[in-house]
Amino acid sequence: MQLQEIWFLIVGFLFIGYFVLDGFDFGVGMSLPFIAKDDTDRRVLINTIGPVWDLNETWVIVAGAALFAAFPEWYASLFSGFYLALLLILAALIARGVAFEYRGKGHTIGANEVRWKATFDWMIVIGSALPALLWGVAFANIVQGVPLNEDHVYTGTLFTLLNPYGLLGGLVTLTLFWTHGLMFIGLKTEGEIQVRARELAHKVGLVATALAATFLLWTLFAITATRELFVLGLVLTAVAALSLIGGLVANRLERSGIAFSLLALTIVTGVGALFAALFPYVLPSTIDDAFSLTVENARSSDYTLGVMTWVAVIMIPLVLLYQGWTYWVFRKRVSRKSIPVGAH
Amino acid sequence: MHNIAVLTELSALDLSRWQFGLTTIYHFLFVPLTIGMVFLVAIMQTVWYKTGNEKFLKMTKLFGKIFLINFAMGVVTGIVQEFQFGMNWSDYSRFVGDVFGAPLAMEGLLAFFFEATFIGLWIFGWDRLPKGIHLATIWMTALGVSLSAYFILAANAFMQNPVGFEINEAKNRAELTDIGAVLTNVVALNQFPHTITASLMFAGAVIVSVAAYHLKRNQFVDSMYTSLRFGLWTVLVGGAGTVLSGDGLGLAMVATQPMKMAAAEALYETSSPAAFSLFTLGTPDGKTELFSVKIPYLLSFLSTHTLDGEVEGLNDLQAQYETLYGPGDYMPVIWITYWAFRWMIGLGVLSALIAVVGLVITRKGRIQLPKWTWNTAIWAAPIPVLAISIGWLFTEMGRQPWIVFKLMKTADAVSPGINGVDVLISLIVFTLIYGVLAVVELKLLLAAAQAGPVEEKQSKDEDQLAVAY
Ligand code: HDD
Ligand code: HEM
Ligand code: HEM
Repeated sequence: MQLQEIWFLIVGFLFIGYFVLDGFDFGVGMSLPFIAKDDTDRRVLINTIGPVWDLNETWVIVAGAALFAAFPEWYASLFSGFYLALLLILAALIARGVAFEYRGKGHTIGANEVRWKATFDWMIVIGSALPALLWGVAFANIVQGVPLNEDHVYTGTLFTLLNPYGLLGGLVTLTLFWTHGLMFIGLKTEGEIQVRARELAHKVGLVATALAATFLLWTLFAITATRELFVLGLVLTAVAALSLIGGLVANRLERSGIAFSLLALTIVTGVGALFAALFPYVLPSTIDDAFSLTVENARSSDYTLGVMTWVAVIMIPLVLLYQGWTYWVFRKRVSRKSIPVGAH
Repeated sequence: MHNIAVLTELSALDLSRWQFGLTTIYHFLFVPLTIGMVFLVAIMQTVWYKTGNEKFLKMTKLFGKIFLINFAMGVVTGIVQEFQFGMNWSDYSRFVGDVFGAPLAMEGLLAFFFEATFIGLWIFGWDRLPKGIHLATIWMTALGVSLSAYFILAANAFMQNPVGFEINEAKNRAELTDIGAVLTNVVALNQFPHTITASLMFAGAVIVSVAAYHLKRNQFVDSMYTSLRFGLWTVLVGGAGTVLSGDGLGLAMVATQPMKMAAAEALYETSSPAAFSLFTLGTPDGKTELFSVKIPYLLSFLSTHTLDGEVEGLNDLQAQYETLYGPGDYMPVIWITYWAFRWMIGLGVLSALIAVVGLVITRKGRIQLPKWTWNTAIWAAPIPVLAISIGWLFTEMGRQPWIVFKLMKTADAVSPGINGVDVLISLIVFTLIYGVLAVVELKLLLAAAQAGPVEEKQSKDEDQLAVAY
């Protein structure tokens, strides 16, 4: 395997990691208005992801930086091209991040607590839903291709991205992440809220299944079939479909651990199928195939990729190890009883 | 039509510069407090761990809370930074990505994951982890924070003093040839201690300010007096450190970017020996001097460590660069660099002086002091962070017109695909969000500081304390 292929894999791995991890905490954020009956419920929900959301979000920073180092031309064309979409994502992530930290602190500055919390809760909801939607739109467009000119400069606008395939991709990530988040709540809570989460996971999950099936089949036959990794794409799509259905069944059987894991598998293989569809391109041009960015013309030099491979090979296992440990330390369920009475 | 195109292109460049400057300075209001405070909190917690003295636990919790409120802002504004190179400076990213991306990716893989994990464990681990391990998590966070600072400074140092690369003519880009050289760039080696010590100054000043607030009111005297002294010493030691490391940085700068030193001094003619100008009144462009106070030999000494060393002047350097790089204006904006350099040093020295006076007048537990002394201590907190922002303005604006010194001009770096309107939108969005956040953040920080070391409600139920939101 060549260095640029290894790096295509690593970048894929980092984005998949991001979607699996931040995906479910987006899902938890989106669930606030739907399954929390009061402030204690909302605190339970937020505390299920409390120790990990920041860590999860860090995956996108690292994925972005890896993209920069390994495929500078891809990073440059993509980030400048998707300027306004990324601006929206950034604004949402900022709003969400500070909302987690600040929602409980209104009393310290004498704010009206109910209004204060309501404001930040909405920031969490929108700050979770918007990126969940937009990342899907962005990735669908990456796979499908965008108008790149001969200098690899994007010539479309924000609305170019909002084509049917792109929007469908967005709805798929939105509903899948939401389902995944609800299953995480099922896993991490107990009592009524857990019941409500499972109920809703089932409903949203069915919608997600319909959307994802359409989207993945569309991808497979309209795009992957024209590229190099059709068989891999086919297998990944099949696994994604099976694990999604399996996850919904497990959720029905109240086996939250299995449901959550199967949905994680769906996201891994589903996003994997997108990367399989993309290869060997990294950003196809819809103007002229000669203008497309591929792993070949977007890559860094051998030396850089070699150095970075060493860093990645040593660091990624370590990262997985200590992050796994964190999840282990915070494995306990959160319940209404865990929320101190009278505290904020 | 052509005119409109030129206009939008121009403004995309100018607006991108404004946006990058604003967002980066904003990011770096929080970062130094994070860098400095993580070490100070770790020290407080270590003392508590070793001595079991509750006073240090209270201090750890209070300043830990301030640290966390601030940390959140560093993180959310950091994401913007990471994306902006591609969003606004895509031709820059294309040209140097092969080199510049490496330290950024290393920062992510080695430092950001590390920080984010251990900070979570520290916040939520108070009652989940054994005391020793919990203490280790804050030190691990400190390590992550330092690594992250080092890598980003190494990336920045490449822009000041490009090393370890080769130009690939076919691909029209810089390619990495020696990662060791990039990571041991003489500028980075000097920027790092300078930034760390400056950050310690700021964190120390914040501690002093909080302590002074309570001592003025005669409350929490025990823990706050200790905090006061600790903070004052930190400012002083940090101040000495910034001066020493600043001297090293100055030497590195003269060696790598003589134009910046000449601009810092508004030294138009090459001189040996060169005097250091303390203060100048002149025409706005700095070309004609009306009145000035100079210290003979000092500039020669700062630049070369000899009394009569030659310091190159702006005019000579300009001529030299024109022969090397073609016609153009190679001088940064002189009045900015000149005054920024003075304000950075002046404000730093000022806070160190305040710390010295503070240490003297509060010796041996003395806290019955006139109100104005306390007020000075309370309001002096932002002085170091002002010095820091101004220092960066100097560093970055003194590099102009280059984005990567001698390799690429800032004007050639901006994204070709974006237009002025998009950048204007993003600039407005960031300004609004950052503005609102600044107000909320400041209020929360002040509230946490003013509440002081409140008694934690001790509960036996370990479950309860694991919840932080
Ligand atoms: C509390 C803050 C503070 C204080 C008291 C000082 N500095 Fe500083 N200085 C900074 C905070 C700072 C900074 C903001 O942190 C910079 C920006 C880039 C960097 O690495 O540090 C900086 C940059 C910077 C540079 C530019 C390096 C470059 O462009 O490559 C020089 C030459 C100095 N400093 C020199 C000094 C000297 C000689 C000082 C005292 C006698 C001094 N600084 C005090
Ligand atoms: C945190 C401290 C920093 C501050 C306060 C700061 C400030 C600034 C300012 C004010 C500008 C605008 C200069 C001008 O256009 O005249 C600028 C430009 C820039 N800086 Fe920095 N900077 C900092 C650190 C960094 C670091 C660490 C990097 C790279 C890793 C960096 C990369 C850039 C780039 C790419 C530009 C845009 C091009 C340019 O205008 O030169 N900066 N910075
Ligand atoms: C313009 C270039 C910069 C970029 C691209 C950048 C990027 C980032 C990012 C993405 C984060 C969030 C990390 C997380 O999620 O944990 C962050 C935080 C941080 N950055 Fe920056 N940063 C820049 C300038 C600087 C500089 C100049 C320093 C230090 C000298 C610095 C030091 C830190 C530290 C210590 C943190 C940790 C959290 C905190 O700030 O409170 N950054 N930065």
